Amino acid sequence: MSWTERLFGGLKRTSDRLGDNLSGVLTGQTRLEGATLDEIEDVLIMSDLGPAMAARIRDRLAETRFERGADIAAVKAVVADEIAAVLGPVADPLDIDAFPRPQVILVIGVNGSGKTTTIAKLAHYFQELDYGVMLAAGDTFRAAAIGQLRVWAERLGVPIVTGPEGGDAAGVVFDAVKQATATGIDVLIVDTAGRLQNKRELMDELAKIRRVLGKLNPEAPHDVVLVLDATNGQNALQQIATFKELAGVTGLIMTKLDGTARGGVLVAASEQYGLPIHAIGIGEGLEDLRPFDPRQLADAIAGNVE
Amino acid sequence: MFDSLSDRLGTVFDRLRGRGALTEADVRGAMREVRIALLEADVALPVVRSFVEQVTELAVGQDVLRSVTPGQMVVKIVHDGLVEMLGSQSSELDIDVTPPAVVMMVGLQGSGKTTTTAKIAKRLKDKQGKRVLMASLDVNRPAAQEQLATLGAQIDVATLPIVAGQMPVDIAKRALQSAKLQAFDVVLLDTAGRLHVDQQLMDEMQAVARIATPTEMLLVVDSLAGQDAVQVAQNFSEQVALTGVVLTRMDGDARGGAALSMRAVTGKPIKFAGVGEKLDALEIFDPSRVAGRILGMGDVVSLVERAAETINQEDAEAMAAKMAKGQFDLNDLRMQLKQMAQMGGLGALAGMIPGMKKAQAAMAQGGVDDKMLVHMDAMIGSMTPKERAAPQIINAKRKIRIAKGSGTTVQSVNRLLKMHKDMATAMKKIRKMGGLKGLAGMLGKGGGGMGGLGGLLGGGGGMPQLPGGMDKFKK
Repeated sequence: MSWTERLFGGLKRTSDRLGDNLSGVLTGQTRLEGATLDEIEDVLIMSDLGPAMAARIRDRLAETRFERGADIAAVKAVVADEIAAVLGPVADPLDIDAFPRPQVILVIGVNGSGKTTTIAKLAHYFQELDYGVMLAAGDTFRAAAIGQLRVWAERLGVPIVTGPEGGDAAGVVFDAVKQATATGIDVLIVDTAGRLQNKRELMDELAKIRRVLGKLNPEAPHDVVLVLDATNGQNALQQIATFKELAGVTGLIMTKLDGTARGGVLVAASEQYGLPIHAIGIGEGLEDLRPFDPRQLADAIAGNVE
Repeated sequence: MFDSLSDRLGTVFDRLRGRGALTEADVRGAMREVRIALLEADVALPVVRSFVEQVTELAVGQDVLRSVTPGQMVVKIVHDGLVEMLGSQSSELDIDVTPPAVVMMVGLQGSGKTTTTAKIAKRLKDKQGKRVLMASLDVNRPAAQEQLATLGAQIDVATLPIVAGQMPVDIAKRALQSAKLQAFDVVLLDTAGRLHVDQQLMDEMQAVARIATPTEMLLVVDSLAGQDAVQVAQNFSEQVALTGVVLTRMDGDARGGAALSMRAVTGKPIKFAGVGEKLDALEIFDPSRVAGRILGMGDVVSLVERAAETINQEDAEAMAAKMAKGQFDLNDLRMQLKQMAQMGGLGALAGMIPGMKKAQAAMAQGGVDDKMLVHMDAMIGSMTPKERAAPQIINAKRKIRIAKGSGTTVQSVNRLLKMHKDMATAMKKIRKMGGLKGLAGMLGKGGGGMGGLGGLLGGGGGMPQLPGGMDKFKK
């Protein structure tokens, strides 16, 4: 099964929502009418774009003229175009260009968004590009989180720096940067404990990790990647806003796009914050991290898949 | 960013308030906003549609009672609708069977199954005195079984010894056998997270369900969940016989629209709500309370319950007795601070008090956080027993010593003393007003920590009242 099929697998199962809803409504006129626009708006809302973003796309569609008459394929294409236009500018893969090395990538997010698995996939991705990778187990809070990352490190054959469970995360990170610098590592990926963005004390801890990193290398962390769960709804916007303000998020990775969730909230997020989207996660395997392709996600949301 | 659902509905109904009659146009206008508010709260679209339709119908036909404004009437109808949709009463776990009762946890990856399993185990052990065995059937995620074992050790609940390489069905069998042999009352089976479209894993889940015949099959859902939650709930409930839902991360700032969707789709009660990272942060899901919270009536019931659990009855009585004599020294203040910290800190407290959302935001902005409680405790700790009992003897020299001892500044010490003085004055006033009986009653029930909160918030204006008119609809 190819990964595109996997991404669209869930999509096919939920069937082609736009097509289903629109069949029978479209009469081939050159402009879309109220009921049709309502249907499209609803489909967009069901893909988690949120009511505001969905309304905006609806407005744009209302102005679109269909020269050859609006059939399902044409409408889908226009919807996909609108979404792709919003998403286009934010697709930006993670590059390793830090000097001096290592490039430090801090990975943050709410509990259960898939940080640790994403770190393993990222490490694998950089390994394939022939970079030397090291992991730092900064999640000292959750039971067995260190163990989980250690298992991945062993599978990948990359060095890992750990501390005691319940210990000081910033301390682990400090040691990791020192070791990575000493051993000439290219990429240091730092795991952190999951935290809800409204927990102030935990957000302060992130700030502390940042401070400690900055002491060793003023540039570090080079990247602060926020991991978003595709099954999360509009709260993802709140997550981006708060993490951006308090932890200086520089980019996003969205996980769990192999289900039926479409991650439409990315569209609203792109328009609102314009943060780079580095990659998407489409499964539990090491290979299941993909560069973010705006066209593909747009097609998926519009149901524009062959 | 969005206004919260309650704020949003608030502005909607503000517009309706103060008008004599409730026209259809009024209601439809308000319902458009309700619809958007619900969608932004991640209530699933089909659920929103049917809810709005139902409520519109009810509201338009309704006679407006003389005693309330049309807006209040609509608030009541929306509130009642929410309560009904959320389920009209809370329900406990059904483990009243020949032991061992089997409780199976299922859900997506990262929804919080393992933590919830441990929380339920702790609850059964502490509150119902059950002997509980936990077993992790998660062979997919690295170190998942170790995670449950670690949590088990933390809460002193037995976990099934890990046998490397064993498959979920076999682990389940072994768990049941051990439970029978060792006379456990309840077996909790924590399963691997799975996507509802992953048929292989769904088959495995069904296989486990067949041999374990659980009395409770709980679907664990993240309250951050979006529109897709409906799809997930549908698929799970088609494949296994769910008996209930657990909503996790209710302590986040997500608006929890998933709660409404879950009820509507599965038709099963939401049994618990996870409200924090600590293993005792699990509450019985109370639909009427959550509906009230959505409408901005605050969550006072939770507050009182949590206070009652954390505050030592004897301490409360001793304090009440002292206050009856008009005494309130720094030792008492320190005890209050400690209680507040135990109840989950300032943020948690403010979030539960009606109308305190703004205060909460102000606190976050002004840098008021739980560190403040720690600093205050340190300052009191740096005082001599004599100073604590008689704060008026604290002069400039003593202040400098206290500031140095606690690593704070003289200004902070001054603030603390001012706060104490204000509180002591307030207590005296209450005494003069003869309201002691009521106060003592409140303390007994556990409102003891609250006196300090208004003071701490400084300009916050003390304890806010319920929003106008809302209290009429409290059940």
